Amino acid sequence: MTTPQAAAHNHGHDHDHGSSLSPIEARVRALETILTEKGYVDPAALDRLIETYETRIGPRNGARVVARAWHDPDYRKRLLADATAAIAELGFTGRQGEHMVAVANTAEVHNLVVCTLCSCYPWPVLGLPPVWYKSAPYRSRAVLDPRSILAEFGLILPPGKAIRVWDSTAEIRYLVLPERPAGTEGWSEERLAPLVTRDSMIGTGLALDPADAP
Amino acid sequence: MTSGIELPELPRDADGPVFAEPWQAQAFAMAVLLHERGLFTWPEWAEALAAELAVETEAAPADHGTAYYRSWLTALERLCITRGVATSGGLARLAMAWQAAAEATPHGRPIVLPPEAQSAAKQ
Repeated sequence: MTTPQAAAHNHGHDHDHGSSLSPIEARVRALETILTEKGYVDPAALDRLIETYETRIGPRNGARVVARAWHDPDYRKRLLADATAAIAELGFTGRQGEHMVAVANTAEVHNLVVCTLCSCYPWPVLGLPPVWYKSAPYRSRAVLDPRSILAEFGLILPPGKAIRVWDSTAEIRYLVLPERPAGTEGWSEERLAPLVTRDSMIGTGLALDPADAP
Repeated sequence: MTSGIELPELPRDADGPVFAEPWQAQAFAMAVLLHERGLFTWPEWAEALAAELAVETEAAPADHGTAYYRSWLTALERLCITRGVATSGGLARLAMAWQAAAEATPHGRPIVLPPEAQSAAKQ
C-alpha cells in the first residue's frame, strides 16, 4: 500500500518575499551568463562537469550522519528528534537556516523525498541535487506513483512495505535514514560510511550491501 | 586535470575537490572548461590563482575554503577581462541584474535573468 503524505503540499512555497543571491553568487552567475552568451561555455557541459564533482560536495557529509546514527543509538535518537541540531553536531549547517528532518526506513516503511514545486534539497548534507531530482517527471510521479519511480531506480520493494513520500519545502528539508545493511555488526562509523549512497538518503536506493562496499 | 601542474592547495580530500557551496563548484567548473577551450594554459591559470590567493590569505587567513574559491573566481574574472572575453563594467552590471532578478523571484522558484539583461551580455 502506498501512503503519500504529501497530498496537501502548499506549505512553505507560497512566499510573498523574494529570493536572494549573495554578492559572490551573483558574480558567478554574471560570469556564467557572459561566457554562455559568447559561446565559451555550454551550460549543459558545465552541468555535466559539476555533476562529476557533485559527489564530492555533500553526500559524504550525509553519509557521516547516517553512519553515526547506525553506530550510536543515542545519536540516532537525537537525529530523529531534532535533525537540525544533530547534524550541526557534526559541523554541517544550512546557510539559509532551513530546518532538517530525518525520516527512518524500517522493515515496514520506506521513505522517499521529493520537492514537487521546485528542487528544495538538503545541500549541506547531500550537495547539489542530481539532475533527475530537478526533473518534472520525478517531481510529479514521486507523489502519484512512487513505486514506479523506485522500480526505475531498480528498487523493487516487497508489496507489503508502505512508501511514505515527503515533499520538501524552502524551510523543511528531509534526509532519509536508510536501514543498516545486514552483516555489518560491530563495524566502525568509518567503515559504515562508504555503504551510505546519495540515493539511499533520498530514498531512491538502499544502503550498499557490505559485499558491494567500495 | 589535463596538465601535471598542481594548483596551490586545492581544498580536497582523498577523492577529489571539496566544495562548501554550489557557487564554488560552478566557479571551479567554469575554469576547467575555459582551460579545455584553450582560453588559458594551466600554468597561466595557476599563476593567476596563486596571485589572488596571496592577497586573499593575507586578508582572511582563517577562512580557507570560501577564501580559496573567492580567489578562484576573482582570478577567473581577471583572466576573462585580460583575454577580452568580458569587461569589468559588464560583469558588474550583470551581477546587479542577477541580484535584482533574485529579489523579484518568489523564494523557492528558479531565478531567471530578464531577456534584455541576457542580450546585453553579448556586447
